[in-house]
Amino acid sequence: AQNVPNSDWEKKVTEYFKEKLKENNATNWVPSLNDVPVHYLKPNSLVKFRCMVQDMFDPEFYMGVYETVDPNTNARVLHFGKYRDVAECGPQQAIDLNSSQTVTLERQTFYCVPVPGESAWVKEISFFASQARVSPSTSYTPSRHKRSYEEDEDMDLHPSKQKEQHMGSGGDIHGCVEPKRLETEASAGHHLISPNCSPPLDLNFPLPGEKGPACLVKVYESWDSFKVNDVLEVYGILSVDPVLSIVNTEERDNSALDPMECMDTAEEQRVHSPPASLVPRIHVILAQKLQHINPLLPACLNEEESKTFVSNFMSELSPVRAELLGFLTHALLGDSLAAEYLILHLISTVYARRDVLPLGKFTVNLSGCPRNSIFTEHIYRIIQQLVPASYRLQMTIENMNHSRFIPHKDYAANRLVSGVLQLASNTSLVVDETQLEQGQLDTTGVHNVTALGNLITWQKVDYDFNYHQMEFPCNINVLITSEGRSLLPSDCQVHLQPQIIPPNMEEYMNSLLTAVLPSVLNKFRIYLSLLRLLDYSISDEVTKAVEEDFVEMRKNDPESITADDLHRTLLVARFLSLSAGQTTLSRERWLRAKQLEALRKVRLQQQKCVNGNEL
Amino acid sequence: FPFTAIPLDFDISSPLTYGTPSSRVEGTPRSGVRGTPVRQRPDLGSVHKARQVDLHSDGVAEDVVATEQSLGQKLVIWGTDVNVASCKEKFQRFLQRFIDPLAKEDEDIGLDLNEPRYMQRLEEINMVGEPFLNVNCDHLRSFDENLYRQLICYPQEVIPTFDMAANEIFFDRYPDSILEHQIQVRPYNALKTRNMRSLNPEDIDQLITISGMVIRSSQLIPEMQEAFFKCQVCAFTTRVEIDRGRIAEPSVCKNCNTTHSMALIHNRSMFSDKQMIKLQESPEDMPAGQTPHTVALFAHNDLVDKVQPGDRVNVTGIYRAVPIRVNPRVSNVKSVYKTHIDVIHYRKTDSKRLHGVDEETEQKMFTEERVGILKELSKKADIYDRLSSALAPSIYEHEDIKKGILLQLFGGSRKDFTQTGRGNFRAEVNILLCGDPGTSKSQLLQYVYNLVPRGQYTSGKGSSAVGLTAYVMKDPETRQLVLQTGALVLSDNGICCIDEFDKMNESTRSVLHEVMEQQTLSIAKAGIICQLNARTSILAAANPIESQWNPKKTTIENIQLPHTLLSRFDLIFLMLDPRDEAYDRRLARHLVSLYYQSEEKMEEEYMDMAVLRDYIAYARSYINPRLSEEASQALIEAYVDMRKIGSGRGMVSAYPRQLESLIRLAEAHAKVRFSEKVETIDVEEAKRLHREALKQSATDPRTGIVDISILTTGMSATARKRKEELAQALRKLIQSKGKTPALKYQQLFDDLRAQSDTAVTKEMFEEALRALADDDFLTVTGKTVRLL
Repeated sequence: AQNVPNSDWEKKVTEYFKEKLKENNATNWVPSLNDVPVHYLKPNSLVKFRCMVQDMFDPEFYMGVYETVDPNTNARVLHFGKYRDVAECGPQQAIDLNSSQTVTLERQTFYCVPVPGESAWVKEISFFASQARVSPSTSYTPSRHKRSYEEDEDMDLHPSKQKEQHMGSGGDIHGCVEPKRLETEASAGHHLISPNCSPPLDLNFPLPGEKGPACLVKVYESWDSFKVNDVLEVYGILSVDPVLSIVNTEERDNSALDPMECMDTAEEQRVHSPPASLVPRIHVILAQKLQHINPLLPACLNEEESKTFVSNFMSELSPVRAELLGFLTHALLGDSLAAEYLILHLISTVYARRDVLPLGKFTVNLSGCPRNSIFTEHIYRIIQQLVPASYRLQMTIENMNHSRFIPHKDYAANRLVSGVLQLASNTSLVVDETQLEQGQLDTTGVHNVTALGNLITWQKVDYDFNYHQMEFPCNINVLITSEGRSLLPSDCQVHLQPQIIPPNMEEYMNSLLTAVLPSVLNKFRIYLSLLRLLDYSISDEVTKAVEEDFVEMRKNDPESITADDLHRTLLVARFLSLSAGQTTLSRERWLRAKQLEALRKVRLQQQKCVNGNEL
Repeated sequence: FPFTAIPLDFDISSPLTYGTPSSRVEGTPRSGVRGTPVRQRPDLGSVHKARQVDLHSDGVAEDVVATEQSLGQKLVIWGTDVNVASCKEKFQRFLQRFIDPLAKEDEDIGLDLNEPRYMQRLEEINMVGEPFLNVNCDHLRSFDENLYRQLICYPQEVIPTFDMAANEIFFDRYPDSILEHQIQVRPYNALKTRNMRSLNPEDIDQLITISGMVIRSSQLIPEMQEAFFKCQVCAFTTRVEIDRGRIAEPSVCKNCNTTHSMALIHNRSMFSDKQMIKLQESPEDMPAGQTPHTVALFAHNDLVDKVQPGDRVNVTGIYRAVPIRVNPRVSNVKSVYKTHIDVIHYRKTDSKRLHGVDEETEQKMFTEERVGILKELSKKADIYDRLSSALAPSIYEHEDIKKGILLQLFGGSRKDFTQTGRGNFRAEVNILLCGDPGTSKSQLLQYVYNLVPRGQYTSGKGSSAVGLTAYVMKDPETRQLVLQTGALVLSDNGICCIDEFDKMNESTRSVLHEVMEQQTLSIAKAGIICQLNARTSILAAANPIESQWNPKKTTIENIQLPHTLLSRFDLIFLMLDPRDEAYDRRLARHLVSLYYQSEEKMEEEYMDMAVLRDYIAYARSYINPRLSEEASQALIEAYVDMRKIGSGRGMVSAYPRQLESLIRLAEAHAKVRFSEKVETIDVEEAKRLHREALKQSATDPRTGIVDISILTTGMSATARKRKEELAQALRKLIQSKGKTPALKYQQLFDDLRAQSDTAVTKEMFEEALRALADDDFLTVTGKTVRLL
């Protein structure tokens, strides 16, 4: 359905913007919807938005070309309808709907939300450099500008201070409420209490407590290449025409009279054409899929400039790795083996699928975490500081029974209602099982646990379409913290052996984060994001050696070495090589991987002995 | 009565003609074209007379076909190249002459294939009295390409012309026929569009056919077709027809010239039924990673309430785009159109799903080219090995298991013995995989589940009997009881993969007994008693009760499943970790290559999953092999041989069930070869595979002999014999002790052990005691044994 006649001028528009945006940091001059509240932005100006495709609406037909007529003079004028929601015409004119000149074209609407679980630092760094703050809109008050500027700087220098703020917000550590966002909320809240007194519109964020604008992104070309859960950066024209909302309410009032308008239920109306002030529209000129959302890395790694960046960073890789290992060791209370595995976990990514088997996933179950302590919470906070997107899932009976994990289709509103497991690629999901008490799971609970299990084993989520299910592959790093072995499947269980028991966990962890220089922290972030994107191979020689090794191991101990162990050791070897910046497997790495595995297994054995029949 | 949609040819307001509808129809018989009322077609959207344009004076339709001009008829409908007279004539010719050369006997029951098809349909209308003529557009296209093109491009103009043509012929032939209203032609199967995703602005106002699933339907909307106004002052009445969705209320009474005196009389206005339906793209049509599209449908008159949410339908209709109404107060309007389809014809694609094999959905549309490729493939000598190695290439070896699953995917031939009272013969092959944890059983199941279109995947741990079968639910809105189907019913004609079969509780497993042999599912719940078809193959995986497979125990002892259930599996495979060096080496190489080989290289090596899927789908729907004479002989021999093996040692080694399994496997193997005949090689392979599976699962670990009774009775014949011997020995021992009323338990055990030449375990001793207790020889109370 894509034979949009792309006439020359339309091509030139995209070309022009593409060229312009390439010029010296031009992208930084474009205000971002992620950063600037909608009501500070000028309507019909160029904006950018970094988002995840949450749902895809039906394609819409619009007037690509339309004709207006002046009833007095009978003068006819042709207009272009692309990149706008509203067909404009002058005060003395009317649109001729029956004109033979009218050209109907097609475009696709995506419902987009900001990347779920995006870490606070991603936002800060992305928009720290942004010159767009220099008032793109007249209503953008300079005084506010200054204040937020200071705040950003402040936070950058003292990450711990930001943490305190998080803790302050009622223990809810995902809801990183930035002061400047509060205003957006307030304005949003104002719209919600509309005279219609309808219940507030659910903006359909996958994770509870998420903030930020949702957007209807209108795509004009090659929309087939985009998929649900893709992370996009779009450049386009902001449309917040109040007419959109007026038409909306008018329609609702009329619907009782006019059968034509009964086509959609009120529910569907609300969802598909929400007030523009709440859910602005962006008419896309340029859209690109993002490999990652780490602002410290060049967006595209294949370009020439980024290659030098990569090679520069690779040259100083080993000190970074050593420092990161040290940092994580401290965080894991002095357990360097667990820290080693945590690094491997954090750089793991599904790089291929062999029929149903996802390759490259590395779910780690960190067992032996103290129960009911703030330890797991702090581990999550540290991970949050390192990865661009993350979410902490507290596995309580309450949570399992009552939260929405699996996205499902709401046919009344005709939309995909999001769930916790609708996450962008490479999001870190930290499942905290230490919170789990004994209790009864109900049907939802069982489904949720099954979905979580499927996610870990097959890296896919079956979205519920009521009459059928649909499989969406995903790529999510799952880390499970638990007391004993987790009830969820995992690729690898590491039992934590704390070397130090800090008297005050809170203080210990906070001081750990304050002690890291921001520049070092940034290096960690680059390290973890970059290594994920590297290629990897195994030479024939090493293949032979690995084979030999495996046969040998089986000979000595056929009971305990299985194909699964080989799978795992190959994975460990892969990530171990990559973590040292090597893209091929060497014999030494293989031996080191085996050594790590052996150490890990000894621990599990010990654990089994201590606990008797546990496991 | 007020909502009648039938314009009557008499005044209803008159008390003379007022009566019940049925008596009225009979009371005033009408016939012929003039007598039968015309019913408006809201599905065509327009009630206006089409404007006709004289070609000579106006050059609007320049692409008029030359032949029409040569006919000397210049009038075409404005904006089109349709000439009413010639169009009508052509369609009449089509009705009178069209004989479907490709018609199949089973498609149209009661139709003579050598007579004009649609004339027979008209005859049917005369007899049944349903004034709708369904016309397959494909027929029309093969008859007259140009007429077909006109129909597709200008349905709004052409269909009324067709109506006229059909009615003329009909009333010509059956002048005395009484119909509710004039015949309406309903074209279907317009080949223009099949997929919702490919709809685009060019399809607007054209006839399209799309398939999809109904997800929501609105309540009935009475839509006013003609308004009835009455003057409040002088009681003058007038009728106003709908114009572009609006009724223009007369502001002045024509009779008494009073302004604003006309009031609408609802009871005497005319309404037609209308319903809004949301259709969603069927899951098969969707590209991966995208959400399904939806489209709104409007159904009119008797098409209202023809479909329910959840139905899969093929819809033929006219695609419409309506601009969003201009708001009088705002000069700017939204530049977006609303789109919908005015339904002309529905065709349910799965209405028969629970009752019989549905050819429509089963027969995936294969292009000739594709069929060619598949047939080419089937001719390859090693196709069987090729396909089995294409199955789950990431799982290493287990060739025989893959072959078994492959045969399961193809399935046997379906036979119906209902007449002789035996009912349906099971054609599906059931397979059980048991073995050590971590031998990729789940992965294999997951692969199969992903491969077949109607597969279900459940885990024994998480599913209850209810989840597997069907349950009755009360709809919260309508308070109506609804039957919700579970995994087994949903996988009718597919494969139900059940993981952790052993973890399933007793009651859940019990429902499988019926499904696995009778292929039906009986439900008696909440007043709903029914039997659903569940012709599903079951692929189950079970783990041993102990964490590892104990080679010293039989299959039954290892997985602790009732033998009644096990005997219903055609093939039971063990997936064990073979501990040998060569295997390890190959395994290691396989795994390492899995981790670094590039995607392209993998694809070269193995057959594409899509090809495999098509191959299976094609064979399943088109190939139905029958046993050849030689094959039957071979099967008989094989069965007799199997019986013979055991008879020497006094045990039964084969039951009719095994013979049935062999037949099914042989048929499936013939299907793999795309052969309509089961031949000896098929039987050979079936025998080999069956033996292979038996060797794995039914070998008595104590004797090393394959013993089918392990699976059929749960105990090997030797074990049973030994048990009996021990009981006899014990009886003798007790009798030899003379007349003692009670014995010490431990003492007796020690005595028996001392006496016996083989080792006697406590379990064996207790078993022997129990056997004697069953014979009323003794009773055991605590630590003493009393004689009776």
